[in-house]
Amino acid sequence: MGLLLLLISFIDPQGFSALRTIGAEAVAPISKSLSEIGGATGSAGDEIAAYFNAASKNAAMQRKLEQYRTEILEARALKQENERLKDLLKLDEEVPDSIAMARLISSTASSARRLATLGVGSNSGLEAGQPVRSPEGLVGRILETGPTTARVLLVSDGKNVTPVQRASDSLPAFATGRGDGTVDIQPINIGSNPFKTGDLMITSGSGGLYSPGIPVAVVIRKTESGAIGRVLANPAKVSHAIVQPIFQAETVRQIEKDSVEDVEQESGE
Amino acid sequence: MPRSRQSRIGRQPSQLRIKLIPPLTVVIGSMITALPIITDYPILPPMGLLVILAWRLIRPGYWAVWAGFPLGLIDDIFSGQPLGSAAFLWSLVFILLETLDRKAVRRDYWQDWLIASTAIIFVLIGGMLIVDFRSNVLRFDLLAPQILLSVLLYPFVARLIGAIDNWRVAA
Repeated sequence: MGLLLLLISFIDPQGFSALRTIGAEAVAPISKSLSEIGGATGSAGDEIAAYFNAASKNAAMQRKLEQYRTEILEARALKQENERLKDLLKLDEEVPDSIAMARLISSTASSARRLATLGVGSNSGLEAGQPVRSPEGLVGRILETGPTTARVLLVSDGKNVTPVQRASDSLPAFATGRGDGTVDIQPINIGSNPFKTGDLMITSGSGGLYSPGIPVAVVIRKTESGAIGRVLANPAKVSHAIVQPIFQAETVRQIEKDSVEDVEQESGE
Repeated sequence: MPRSRQSRIGRQPSQLRIKLIPPLTVVIGSMITALPIITDYPILPPMGLLVILAWRLIRPGYWAVWAGFPLGLIDDIFSGQPLGSAAFLWSLVFILLETLDRKAVRRDYWQDWLIASTAIIFVLIGGMLIVDFRSNVLRFDLLAPQILLSVLLYPFVARLIGAIDNWRVAA
């Protein structure tokens, strides 16, 4: 019986979204009020870690060193990004900046899926597919909406593939989530592995969903065929998320229409 | 527990409370994802599962074999897993526990913990594989912190459920 339902939810992932939305809506008041009270839950883990580290000064200093190293890398990446953004300024003007701004109120912290709940929904004009970002970078995209809540598929979810490019030379690649705050970056040109530690990956705008130039991840490690990148917008530390309109809504709509027509044609024949 | 029963001989707790409390606590446990804890990786113990395991091991007679299905379904609504995954895995756990109950004569505390830990590990890994079999099959290290936390938390949950159970049957 459960297996049957599971099969159905694989075949038709949207089928149960209404049910899940009701669940999210039902607990949203709890989540919202709690996140208002304890807005700093994201850093609680860090604070506990800091407490333990305080016992040993050496460990703390080592950590500092590590931190500075990543900060230098980030600064270098930011410099690249800056140059890149200057080039993109023209493109930015075409994209309306935001539909809504809200807190991430909860997440699926006990499941292997990486979804978060946003404190606004279709009442504020949200639709499935819209990109969600924070000042630090891309957070994810809207998966399903209820009247006052919306589920966000985070960049680090295993089912989320983001078209990205390297900020320095527009090298195209795909970033697939790994479920632990990192992404697997695969270049489109197979056979070469041009990534270096510290490379900044930004959205490329292909596919029409995300507007180009949103920072996504920084390469932390090379792998055999690509690289592993750390997602820049850590959802735990994101205080406010901005929902943007779909970059090229017309294109996306056309693609969806085409696929529907294809299906209709096939069934007609 | 027997003492509290004897001291109030003749008084029956309401049937509603006896019947309703265990599933209710499981649902509340499942709702833990409503807490504003936002993480980049799975870390929060699956409280719904811990609570239902504690109940199942404390009160084997209370539960029907199919009880894992509806409660798992409710858990799926809140956990973000594909609908049916916990319903399936919890049912499987219940069936296994039922067969275990028929074989074993009696269990002690440590055996309970061992059984619960095995079930937790089974459900967490199963849930992860259901989400994405291909890319997750070699990445169990991702679940290690969550499994460790859940296994260590289980005795406390069992204590809590034991206390609630005492209150449930005592008038």
